[in-house]
Amino acid sequence: MAVYLLRRLLQSALVMLAMSIIVFIGVFAIGDPVEILISPEADQIERERAIHALGLDLPLWLQYLSFLKNALQGDLGRSFVFNEPALQLILQRMPATLELALGATFLALLIGLPLGLYAGLKPNSFGAKTIMAGSILGFSLPTFWVGLMLIMVFAVQLGWLPSTGRGQTVEVLGLRWSFLTWDGLQHLAMPALNLALFKISLVIRLTRAGVRETMLMDYVKFARAKGLSPRRVTYVHVFKNILIPVVTVVGLELGSTIAFSVVTESVFAWPGMGKLIIDSINVLDRPVIVAYLMMIVLMFITINLLVDLAYSALDPRVRLEGK
Amino acid sequence: MSTTTANATAPAPASAPAPKVETPFRRFVSEFAESKLALLGLVVILLIALIAIFAPWLAPQNPYDLAQLDILDGRLEPGTRNGLDTFTYWLGTDDQGRDMLSGIMYGLRISLTVGGGSAIIACAIGATLGLLAAYAGGKTDTVIMRLVDLQLSFPSILAALMILAFLGKGVLNVVLALVIVEWAYYARTVRGTALVERGREYIEAAQCLALPTRRIIFRHLLPNCLPPLIVVATMQVARAIALEATLSFLGLGVPITEPSLGLLISNGYEYMLSGKYWISFYPGIALLVTIVSINLVGDQLRDVLNPRLKK
Amino acid sequence: MAQTPTANAASPVLEVRDLQTHFFTRAGVVKAVDGVSFTVRRGKVLGLVGESGSGKTVTGFSILGLVDAPGRITGGSILFHGQDLAKLSDEQMRQLRGNRIAMIFQDPMMTLNPVLRIDTQMIETVQAHAKVSREEARQRARDTLGMVGIPSPDERLKAYPHQFSGGMRQRVAIAIALLHRPELIVADEPTTALDVTIQAQILAEVQKLCAQTGTAMIWITHDLSVVAGLADDLAVMYAGRVVERGPVSETLDAPLHPYTAGLIGSVPSRNKRGEPLRQIPGMTPSLLNLPGGCAFRTRCPRAQEKCKQDPPLGELLPGREARCFFPYNMPAGEAAA
Repeated sequence: MAVYLLRRLLQSALVMLAMSIIVFIGVFAIGDPVEILISPEADQIERERAIHALGLDLPLWLQYLSFLKNALQGDLGRSFVFNEPALQLILQRMPATLELALGATFLALLIGLPLGLYAGLKPNSFGAKTIMAGSILGFSLPTFWVGLMLIMVFAVQLGWLPSTGRGQTVEVLGLRWSFLTWDGLQHLAMPALNLALFKISLVIRLTRAGVRETMLMDYVKFARAKGLSPRRVTYVHVFKNILIPVVTVVGLELGSTIAFSVVTESVFAWPGMGKLIIDSINVLDRPVIVAYLMMIVLMFITINLLVDLAYSALDPRVRLEGK
Repeated sequence: MSTTTANATAPAPASAPAPKVETPFRRFVSEFAESKLALLGLVVILLIALIAIFAPWLAPQNPYDLAQLDILDGRLEPGTRNGLDTFTYWLGTDDQGRDMLSGIMYGLRISLTVGGGSAIIACAIGATLGLLAAYAGGKTDTVIMRLVDLQLSFPSILAALMILAFLGKGVLNVVLALVIVEWAYYARTVRGTALVERGREYIEAAQCLALPTRRIIFRHLLPNCLPPLIVVATMQVARAIALEATLSFLGLGVPITEPSLGLLISNGYEYMLSGKYWISFYPGIALLVTIVSINLVGDQLRDVLNPRLKK
Repeated sequence: MAQTPTANAASPVLEVRDLQTHFFTRAGVVKAVDGVSFTVRRGKVLGLVGESGSGKTVTGFSILGLVDAPGRITGGSILFHGQDLAKLSDEQMRQLRGNRIAMIFQDPMMTLNPVLRIDTQMIETVQAHAKVSREEARQRARDTLGMVGIPSPDERLKAYPHQFSGGMRQRVAIAIALLHRPELIVADEPTTALDVTIQAQILAEVQKLCAQTGTAMIWITHDLSVVAGLADDLAVMYAGRVVERGPVSETLDAPLHPYTAGLIGSVPSRNKRGEPLRQIPGMTPSLLNLPGGCAFRTRCPRAQEKCKQDPPLGELLPGREARCFFPYNMPAGEAAA
């Protein structure tokens, strides 16, 4: 187990390194920040001073090394726009994004699992067919458009929920969270649902496919041959087997959800990392872009690792063989 | 002889009275047609394609031609007649005075071209790499699959964002971003099927005949890997269209001179809160219908072509 | 029609009369079981023999009521102590399954749920039919494991299926079948997937258990040699029908139906060295397109014009039935050889 962890950590470090190179090349080598940041009216001397101050006159690989050195110390540059450390900007906004992503994941499981189970157990019923048709809608509808429609219906027409922004926050563990307040939940409801839509469909389809495949397995027939009640067969034998792949996929998709929050945050003006990155790309605020990408990769690696560990906890075949 | 007594007593659904020559293709078509929704989707796709192709002739106005626009006609409600009273703005106008219906038709062209085009290119690249990986095995396989894994572990939107952040906006960059994001799905699907097919005897036979490798791969291996590829391709086209729309909505996609549906929706975003919903709503519906139809078709294709569900 | 043959047998545990189970598929109706009749007596083992595709597994499932769509029982009766199982509701069948009638499947790898512990899978079986505490259920599980010869049952109970060898897993499956001391066990090729040595062990133990507990058993197999040592009665199936029935030793010594004779003849151990292995020519017909009349007609060395009609399952000799117009081994004076 320790060997496995060590190997994974090493792999992760390599990935981060590769990522840093890619990001560096992409952001610093392509595109010309000089044009963007230094006003065209600046004369030669001011230009040179600015270039020197930003370190843009050094050869590329030196720039990379200094970038790397700073990165390891937690300094990913200062935002050109906000004039604050980029990393700090990202971290400030992380709780908001995490809230959104985790809320969406929670909703996806809460809604998706029961629906998918039903669709799998009674595949030819009207309900099941409706659910499946709905799930196609779920992953076909572009998230941003659904968000717009949600705002239009629930905020503009019906006035039940606030249209944009994050609600009141409460400080826990040094970070600000909004789901602990009623106002916060009201603001969280639509964006979380919006973000969850795609995943709900995914979970429904996965669960249904899993149920249909599992029902054909011999051990289900054997369970029935033992005279177990249909309820027990379904909820214990079938369910536990499909839970493993579903949870795994959902866990892995968490990274994707965090990435996709970019869209939802833009639509709902949710002050998370995603909105920040879109704005930053538009103004070419390189340090923020770099900080975001590095953080995201780090989060992915962590999530993947956690999911692997969770998987081995859930599936006894994997656990006991050791890794 | 009592061969048909069995069939006569059976309340069997859909089977022909006496089995005609049931070629695989015929069975495929009849199984596909079992879903009325999928058939509907197919019809809708064809309609949309036709609209997109013939947009210049069908649309009442060319929304990109500034000379045809009258800014005073901006933000009109659906159903209003235009200033010159020559035609009706069936779906209203946007803030520049562009007829929404025309905008949607032209926007469909961009959306379909970019989405479909990138899917085709990604398919070609991905399928080739997948076949190569499966056929060559060894190091080639490992390298290609590592790339695939890397690509797939990245959420599509993030990769696209990154590429557009590095390269800037523009139609070609969008296509490039989409291709980079999509090729891996094709590669993985094709490799999976190709690995299974590779072990089959007809490939061995072709190798014994010393046919050139390229021929074996493309003339023998590829046709048998087509079913899952078709399913993936269908779903991917829908994804590509949706992704392009999302990128354009975020302002990172196609330029405003050639608005795709996503960009049209984004234009209307600011007017939503003041009740002028049609600027975003109708392009959204068009986008929706397109994507849903493609997915319906792809879904049924997948069910029909899935060997695991056949008992 | 079965008749209780000897004096010491009580009324039979199971009496299957002309069972028919059909599958209604897109391609047509598959008559998997199309005329199966046999009787199982208390404490006796019936060997149900046939090639793959003969319908023996479906027969087993039909008895347990586990035939899944698109199949269902379309005719005949399955009398369990006089009660027709084919007519029972799902809930009534469920109460019998695992309780008074149990089943053992072929592949022990797949019949135990891989993500649940052995004790869970056994305790749930106990509690499904008896209102006992978990501790009592566990005790019963432990005792039954001991009965089938599994050492250190306490540890084994805490384990997962993949930690067992194939033979052990099958013993666990047998133990599960025995938990409620059923009156009838249907075993569907339970030793086919196992090593020959393990196979022999399990066969011996099963025989012992049946004698001890008075459980009736239907042992489904394609392997005649297994049946020869184990069963008391034999029923041979071909293309969904029982073609011969009778006591094991008499049937094997002097088979009536040509198919039975062919099966016996093709057992490799009966060959002399150097002799080519004997086979029955031809192939089993597809159950979608059975030739009319006797299904074996196309491969039978004795087939004649009359065989185009359906031969009934008739009692040709006392206690022995065959579905044939021209059987072998009839005492002189009966149908021409």
